Amino acid sequence: MAVSRREFLQGGALAAALALSGTKAEAGSDSPQMRTKGLKSSTTICPFCAVGCGLVVHTKNGKVVNIEGDTQHPINQGALCSKGSALFQVANNEHRLQKVMYRAPGSDKFEEKSWDWALERIAQKMKETRDKSFKAKEINKKDNKEYVVNRTEGLAFLGGAGLDNEECYLWSKFARSMGVAHLEHQARI
Amino acid sequence: MTNHWIDLKNADAILAIGCNPAENHPISFKWIEQAMDNGGKLLAVDPRFTRTASKADHYAQIRPGTDIAYLGGMINYTLQNNLTHQEYVVEYTNASFIVNDKFDFNEGLFCAFDDAEKTYDAKAWAYEVDGAGLPKRDKSLQDPRCVYQQLKKHYSRYTIDMVCSITGTNKEDYLAVAKAFCATGRPDKAGTILYAMGITQSTHGTQNVRATAMLQMLLGNIGIAGGGVNALRGESNVQGSTDYGLLFHILPGYLKSPEFDNVDLKGYLEKWTPKTKDKKSANWWGNTPKYTVSLLKAWYGDNATKENDFCYDYLPKRSGNYSFMKLMEKMGKGELQGLVCMGQNPAVGGPDSLKTREALAKLDWLVTVDLWETETSIFWKRPGVNPKEIKTEVFMLPAASSIEKEGSISNSGRWAQWRYKAVEPVGDSKTDLWIIDQFAKRLKKSYEKGGVFPEPITKLAWNYGQGEEPEVQLVAKEINGYFTKDMTIVDKDKTLEFKKGDQVPMFKYLQDDGSTVSGCWIYCGSFTKDGNQMARRDATDLPNGLGMFPKWAWCWPVNRRIIYNRASVNPDGVPFNPKRAVIAWDLLEKKWKGDVPDGPWPPMKDDKEGKYPFIMVPEGHGRLYALDLKDGPFPEHYEPIESPARNLMSKVQTNPAVKVPANMSNDMAKYPFVGTTYRMTEHWQAGAMTRSLPWLVELVPSMFVEISETLAKTKGISNGDLVRVTSMRGTVEAKALVTARLKPFNVQGKLVEQVGLPWHFGYAGVAKGDSGNVLTPSVGCANTSIPEFKAFLCNIEKGGKRA
Repeated sequence: MAVSRREFLQGGALAAALALSGTKAEAGSDSPQMRTKGLKSSTTICPFCAVGCGLVVHTKNGKVVNIEGDTQHPINQGALCSKGSALFQVANNEHRLQKVMYRAPGSDKFEEKSWDWALERIAQKMKETRDKSFKAKEINKKDNKEYVVNRTEGLAFLGGAGLDNEECYLWSKFARSMGVAHLEHQARI
Repeated sequence: MTNHWIDLKNADAILAIGCNPAENHPISFKWIEQAMDNGGKLLAVDPRFTRTASKADHYAQIRPGTDIAYLGGMINYTLQNNLTHQEYVVEYTNASFIVNDKFDFNEGLFCAFDDAEKTYDAKAWAYEVDGAGLPKRDKSLQDPRCVYQQLKKHYSRYTIDMVCSITGTNKEDYLAVAKAFCATGRPDKAGTILYAMGITQSTHGTQNVRATAMLQMLLGNIGIAGGGVNALRGESNVQGSTDYGLLFHILPGYLKSPEFDNVDLKGYLEKWTPKTKDKKSANWWGNTPKYTVSLLKAWYGDNATKENDFCYDYLPKRSGNYSFMKLMEKMGKGELQGLVCMGQNPAVGGPDSLKTREALAKLDWLVTVDLWETETSIFWKRPGVNPKEIKTEVFMLPAASSIEKEGSISNSGRWAQWRYKAVEPVGDSKTDLWIIDQFAKRLKKSYEKGGVFPEPITKLAWNYGQGEEPEVQLVAKEINGYFTKDMTIVDKDKTLEFKKGDQVPMFKYLQDDGSTVSGCWIYCGSFTKDGNQMARRDATDLPNGLGMFPKWAWCWPVNRRIIYNRASVNPDGVPFNPKRAVIAWDLLEKKWKGDVPDGPWPPMKDDKEGKYPFIMVPEGHGRLYALDLKDGPFPEHYEPIESPARNLMSKVQTNPAVKVPANMSNDMAKYPFVGTTYRMTEHWQAGAMTRSLPWLVELVPSMFVEISETLAKTKGISNGDLVRVTSMRGTVEAKALVTARLKPFNVQGKLVEQVGLPWHFGYAGVAKGDSGNVLTPSVGCANTSIPEFKAFLCNIEKGGKRA
């Protein structure tokens, strides 16, 4: 990152000092119009808690250069908490995963793989596991009768609270088509 | 939430119990403070003196896991002091319903308990019915067997002295909170209850929530502006992920996932479609067949026909409990071969996390889809293990962030809001939508060639465009639903014409014959012929000024901003509080004005068409007395499984409907302190999304353990010292944070100290630390299986793990 938090704060202090000394604030880099002039903007909703605050993302040449609270949003009216304010660092972060990684059984390291290779192997694993653990029928212990259950218990799917609705819907649809009984997510814990 | 965030400003009293909005939902405080500026009182009930407590008019300390005692006392206070909203209680709740004469409660147990199975037979709690099959009622509320009298009797035991000796609350503080909140029983006053994991993460969590709802019904606080029972949900789309049925027991739209003995569609619909003989009851779940068939049509398209039960056979049928903790238990036994984690990190987020980490090694393969390395994805190289001994094959797939894709999320107030793609995903990362689409397409292709029972996959309708990336708009349109043929629908005096492929305008037009598709009926209306309603940005409020903003985004159901709003008016349709009218019946125009009403029918008093306000239960009345829970019709106080106290209320120590597992201990000599976990503003859940962001890491760089000044003194611990905390499950080490925010609890005359731990930390990311959940117990709520994270026993010693 080019500017550390501390340097940024020092910059802010400098701007404040200039403002106090009578230098025209609107000409400074903190002026909202100046700051975002010429940038592309789009709206988003915060990915952290479920208050649903609005943010505006400013981009230049395909890079996120600024994210701030959406002043038009009726819930947060431009305000953000420390997590929401840090969304910029989700967009620009050297720790973000960039590659498909694979760890072979017993290996002590990840190795880079292509999407096609990984997806093909995962699909194969899913199929093997489903086919091996698929239960078409089962005898119920209480009434000793046989019932059609069409489910797999060898395969579990977890997660979804961080996904979009449309993604959750397709995940739900796909999981059920696979017969997955163990479909769970963060709402259970 | 029954209400929504901005609506908090309309409250005269806000009771925050088991939640800490100032810390965990900071921007909600904008609206809480607005209520306070208008004279509203903030009441905070929590084990710790939280940021919310520091802003509150009154703070009451409560020992973790004693919420039913606390709330039961408030129910009793309301009844004893005649503070109920009388008309609301008589007309809108089941207070007047007569319970069958076999119903009984004795020594901590309700009738019909099977001690061997640890289960109740809820049928024994039924209402008494008359010759026409309708529940008998006594609207004078005098019959000793009516719900009101039973309620009064049950909670008469919850005196303030009794309650405070259980909860450890100072009596003056208790009375101050009760007085301020229960004053909202007046028709012109509104009180809201906010809760979060402090209420739900308990072996009696569902009954905790019920206790809040019962108090609100007695005070006439549900359906009104500034009222309601409001769950402060923690993840940006945990509302949506629940709505879409990512839980073993539900399908999208809260339809039940089929059980083994629902042998065909007819059997399923018979089991899950409630019936009523009362013409005044809307019994909305009576529409279950329409929503189920529309879902099956969304999933199996043209393959789903009336002749083949709309492919009902293809759905998996459950026989038991497949919840998170059960799943982990099975994984530990080596009974699971594969696990896919879509942005979930069970190695940190679940209870007894050392066990979870060991269990992951029993998998043949693991897929994680995330923005980051998580403790789950690197479990095989975590400190203290030899990767060579772990045979699990691991796929770590990079996912796009929220600003690198397009779609909607639903906040706690049920507002579905659309997000836009600002930039391309970083590196090779891909959207979850693309990844799921790839899984489905590849599995379809391979099952085309054969496999076990391939039809549910090969016949699955999966048509989201021809491009590389599935078209999210097409998914959103399928969720809303469309007509599968030309239709003419007569709705009262209107005749509506629809063409095949037209979007369904709202769920009342969904059909049970296959002529409509809808992937999630509660979202029907979100994407109509007028376009994507979730993307709306018109910030104009209604003339009532209540902050509903009906043209901003879209909320389920049918853009209704306050649910159960027919309970905000009297049976003639006149608002109980005209100054904060949510809806009102216009006598001249013969229609409702204001928010979207809970159904179009005229007010309840209308002989021909009037309906009761609680439309989701077959009797149409809010349930002060529940009929279908696993642990009783009234919430009853039991101690947490690990507790420093014996139950003063009865001989039954813990929830009788919860089986107590091994690795729990009540040995106060070994574990003399009450442990509890919590969250903070600067980090989020299992931590992957925050522990690698430099700004947040700078604010809170490491794990800590919070203790009181008195405990610090006893143990010779200073602020910043390394300490180790041990429970029956494991040990964590962290720096001590000694504060005045924590105080010991008064437990039946003895002072018992508490130990507070954030649970955000782990061994991945930039800011690392031990996980609070190493200590927490794997035992859960009788109804929901949500673990009891909030109350356990532990010990603390100065020095690190190796000291």
